Parts: sequence; structure tokens; C-alpha cells
Amino acid sequence: MKLKGAQILLQCLKEEGVDTIFGYPGGSVLPIYDAIYGSDIRHILVRHEQGAAHAADAYARVTGKTGVCIATSGPGATNLVTGIATANMDSVPMVCFTGQVASPLIGKDAFQEADITGITMPITKHNYVLERTEDLPRIVKEAFHIASTNRPGPVVIDLPKDLMEKEIEYQPYPHEINLRGYRVMKGCNYGQVVSATELINKAERPVIYAGGGVVSGEASEELRELAVKRKIPVTTTLMGMSAFPGSNYLSLGMLGMHGTRYANYAIGECDLLIAIGVRFDDRVTGKIAEFAPHARIIHIDIDAAEIGKNVDVHIPIVGQVKEVLQAINKRLDPVEEYSEWHKIIDRWKAKYPLRYGRSGEGRIMPQHVVEKISELTQGEAIITTEVGQNQMWAAHYYKFKNPRSFITSGGLGTMGFGLPAAIGAKIACPHLPVIDIAGDGSIQMNIQELGTAIAYQLPVIVCILNNQYLGMVRQWQSLFYGGRFSHTDISVQPDFVKLAEAYGAVGMRVKDHQDVDGALREALQESKRPVVIDFWVDRMADVYPMVAPGESLLNMLGEE
Amino acid sequence: MKKHTLAITVENKPGVLTRVATMFRRRGYNIESLAVGETENPSVSRMTVVVSGDDKIIEQVSKQLYKLVDVIKVVDITEERLVERELILIKVKADPSVRSEIVQLVEIFRARIVDIGKNTLIIEATGDAGKMEAIEDSLKPFGILELVRTGKIAIVRGPGHNIS
Repeated sequence: MKLKGAQILLQCLKEEGVDTIFGYPGGSVLPIYDAIYGSDIRHILVRHEQGAAHAADAYARVTGKTGVCIATSGPGATNLVTGIATANMDSVPMVCFTGQVASPLIGKDAFQEADITGITMPITKHNYVLERTEDLPRIVKEAFHIASTNRPGPVVIDLPKDLMEKEIEYQPYPHEINLRGYRVMKGCNYGQVVSATELINKAERPVIYAGGGVVSGEASEELRELAVKRKIPVTTTLMGMSAFPGSNYLSLGMLGMHGTRYANYAIGECDLLIAIGVRFDDRVTGKIAEFAPHARIIHIDIDAAEIGKNVDVHIPIVGQVKEVLQAINKRLDPVEEYSEWHKIIDRWKAKYPLRYGRSGEGRIMPQHVVEKISELTQGEAIITTEVGQNQMWAAHYYKFKNPRSFITSGGLGTMGFGLPAAIGAKIACPHLPVIDIAGDGSIQMNIQELGTAIAYQLPVIVCILNNQYLGMVRQWQSLFYGGRFSHTDISVQPDFVKLAEAYGAVGMRVKDHQDVDGALREALQESKRPVVIDFWVDRMADVYPMVAPGESLLNMLGEE
Repeated sequence: MKKHTLAITVENKPGVLTRVATMFRRRGYNIESLAVGETENPSVSRMTVVVSGDDKIIEQVSKQLYKLVDVIKVVDITEERLVERELILIKVKADPSVRSEIVQLVEIFRARIVDIGKNTLIIEATGDAGKMEAIEDSLKPFGILELVRTGKIAIVRGPGHNIS
């Protein structure tokens, strides 16, 4: 049977089990959109291509499947770039299709031509330009394979328009992959596993430092087993927040720049650090020479290039985190008793809990809003965030119960991520409440996606912690730039309630501490429309604890 | 910092050189020399890259290279017994009064004169980096008009180490 390239593309997506794609049409992708018109694949029309990339990214983070987005050539493709870089930094499996001008026009600076392959080379796991329609099934097969295996990441496929129009005989979808430069990681070095287990069995003051690799490697169960069997306290990175339940006695919360005091102190005192699916990022380690100074370090990761990249480790284990942890767990001697180490940590927890100034005169503290959300949803909602203070408060005060429930731009720190991510998450999990914890700055970066939420009747909840500042930057200006608030006051802003209503969403404004609970309950009842709640919070609330950049984790700012 | 010679086999496809070069640039590693060409297997190209750095840096370079889907194999051949070659072409000022002197130098270096102009000579030489520098230095006094040089290529002696 003869099919057009575009029809073959849709056929390939079906073969890959893709049910939902996020995109925005344009000139160069007209043939693809024509094929979508007659297809049963669900296409979500966003309002800006960046929204498509973030929504596909969140869809992938929530489901573990590969997210798919599509944009036209030139500006459509470049609008995806921030979303692709976001997915790349957080290792999210994604395949992005970009339209391209017709092959004979490539390189001629044609209308809406951009070298998206060149542009995305350093921010993708791999990318392709289609040169012959015949290659399409092989390339799609490879792209999904590369995106979803080993350390996941985004793959871009650039599709010249003429090759999408071209009709060829459709060959059956390939089942074999022949990539001699890319092998799927299997197994691990058992000698290293044995050495690691011996260290774990002997350690007196061990700490687990778990990251996004545990979530994407589906290893939360194994992590829990390791922690519980040996009674090892667990601190997580921002990306690893949902890998271990925040309410567990062994949980230390987040570590690093905005980590809890007890997590950072535990890193400072531990004799064994078990680093799992992490990359020793600067926001986590602070001054690298003083990170975990007394500890032997075991580092488990799927990506060999992460071993020794930022810190020297004693026992590196390269492999699937799940497999490695299973191998370790089998050899562990369980312990029954809590030890002196737990008493030390308990004292820190009692002395230095996460806390914030309580409100006077009905003022709303932003942290309180997050605590309320956590309480009302019992830690079982999917939380997306924007970037900045809102994100850190979400990490501090939401007690996550389930993996893949905290969807945040950790590595790239992309403002404007939260709302389109909430849309992608809600489409993936319609039965769960999806709440974007937002700031008044970030939300304005992709607020047009309210239109998408309306169009698909997605009752996502946007909680704007509105302090009329670019709060995190303002906080740094307070701390490090003598309070010179250069361009961080954004008190000239739209009326978010009217804005929500203009889109057809529900808008609420909450100015009084007393009303936080009621507004959230009402929002959680909404079943068809997005809800925007504009919480007017304490303008000067800051995120504490904090470690200044480049400082030791033990030098924490903020009251003890 | 020590110079390392990496033999990298890659897919012989468009864009692979860019991918490798982009990785070096993005991660802040410095390529001192690079040569690339097809191998005995037309679907495979081989790059010889000279990069300076301590062992840790070279290990990172190698791991980052392996992350590129089109990179098939990376071997640090610095410590191997190698045949290494660079090619240099030098156009030097040569009026009749100094020609015989230049010809003598060329013979000493086992180089070749490949073109004779009215007042110029073009000299071709192959060898390792040390020889290239020596020949350049000894021709400098005559006045070098143009100089082009390839990156280093290298191959391990003996039967072992077929890196592709």
C-alpha cells in the first residue's frame, strides 16, 4: 500500500503505542496535520509551542512513557527549544517532531527555515534530519528507543515538508534496532555490589542521597526497602522528592542550597553516603570540597559519565538503579534497632524543623498555602511548580506520597513550566488532582495555556503565591546585593481573577489567612474548568534555610 | 598538562564531526588537533583527536564521547607504540641565492619540494609533531609565506588494537 510520509509517521507513532501528542500546526507541518485529521491519535492543541514541549515532558514524567510533541519549522521549532532543554536537563524521555522547509529549500534561508538540528544538538540526547521518506520508520523506531532507554532524554526529528508529502510503499514497522554506538545498559559489576553492601552493612552513620534517577528508574520500592532494612535516613534532591515518602520517619527532606538543616547536617556528619540516581549538582553540594567530608561514597547511576564528574567516589556502580538496588538489598543484614545516629538526627529535627514566621493580621504566608494543599490532598495530588520561591516552598511543605507526583523543572529551572506541565499531567492522570504551585512572575510566562485547559475541560488548579515580586531574585538581592531590588518589583500586573474569567476559567482571590482552606476546597471540587487562585501572600517572605552559593552546606543562613 | 591522543571510531554520517566538536566546546575541553577520514570500512570514519588534560579530564572526555549515539569506540592510544604522522605544506621565499641552502635542509628532513615558483618553493613534509616544528623553525629565516598543516593521524604498531 502506498502512503504519504505523513501517514507513515502517524502509523509509526501508533506502532510505538503513542496515544497523545501535543502540538501546534504551521506551514511546514500541514501534511502531518492533514494525516492527524484522519487519525485516532489524540492531538492536544496548545497555545504556544513551548507549552507543547512542557506538556509532553510532564506527560512523560507522570506516566513514564515517552512524551511526544510537534511544531512547525522555524519559529515553531525554536519555540520548543526551552522545553527541549528542560527535558534534557531532567532526563525526560521525549520525541519532538519539527517541520522543516522542503528539502530543495534547505540552506537557502527559506521562509520559516531554522537549523533546528544544529540548534538542538547540545540539548538533546540525539537528533535526526530526515533525508529520505523511506528512512522514517527506522528513525522513529531509533528515536523512541534512544529517548526511553538508559538515561532518558529528548530526541528531535526534523521532517522536511516534501518528504512528508511523498508517497512510498509502506514497509512493516521495524522490530530490530541496529545502533552499534548505543547499547542498552544491562546488569552491573557484582564485585562492586558486594563491596557496596559490605560498606552499607558496616556503616554507623549512613545517609542515602536519592535523586531523579530513582523516580525515572522506577526504583522507589527498592529505595524504600534499602532504607527500611538498614534504617538509613534518606535525603532527596528536588528531582527525587517523590521517590521517598516525605512522611516516613527516615525522611530528611531535601538537601542542598534550600535543604533542611537536618539533611545538610547529616551529610556533614555521615560516614557513608549512598548516592543513587544523582549527579552531585552545585545546588546540592554547595562547596564541593566540603561536601560529605567524612564519608565514603557509593555512587549508583545509569550514566557512566556522571561517575567522577563532580566528585570522586569510592565505589561507583554503573547500571539500572532498580537492578543494582535489588542486588544490594538481597545481601543486606537487616537491623532492628534505631541507633545513636538516629538520636542525633532526631535532635536536629527537633531543634531545627522547617519553619516560617506565622502570619499576623490575617496575612497569608506562602508556606501555609502549600501546607494546606498537602493536607487537603493528603500528599496524593500531582504537584507541578514554576521556578523560584514557589518551587522551593512546594518542595519543603508538600508531603509527597507517590513517585512521579512532583513535576518540576529541576535542572534548567524553567519559569513558565508549571501550567503547561499541569496540563500534560492532567491529561495523563485525569483522576488525580493536579495543582500548579506558581508565582506571579512565572505564571505570566505561559499563561496563554489557560486557553488549552479550557478547550480540553481540564480542571487544573493554579495557586499563585502572589508577592508581586520575582521573589527568589528579590531574596538574593536582599542577601547579596544590599537590598537594591533591581527590576524585581512586578506589582504592575494583571488582575488574575479577571484574566482567568476572561479565558472562561474560575478565578478566586484570597487575601486573608482564614480563607485559604475554603478556597482550596472549592477549587478541588471543580470538575470541568481550570481554577486560578490568586493568593496575596506576605510580600517579603523568604525561602529558608539557605546556603549561599559556593558555601559549605553547614554554613546555613536564616534563623536556627 | 599532558597531551592525549584519542582514536575515535564514528558512524560515517553527516553531522558527526559537529556533534563531536560541539561536545568538546560545550564541556570546555580543548581540541589541539583533529583529523578525520573514512576507514577501510566505508560506513565508519576514524577521528584522531589530540586533547590536553589530566587523566580525570580524559576519562570524562571519553565518557562524554561515548554518550554520543554516533560514536562507536573511543581508545586513548597515547601510551601505545604508535606510528604518528602529520602533513605540512610550507610556501617559502626562495630567490636563487638561497635555493640550494633550502634544498639541503629539505633533504635533511627527508621532505620534498613539490612546487617551484619564480621566487618561491613549496615544501611538503610528513612526520610527528616534533619534526613539523623543527622544519618550520629552520625555514623561518628564509621567510614563510604560507603554511598549512593537517591534524595528527596515528595507528598502533603490531597486530593488536584494531579499534574499529
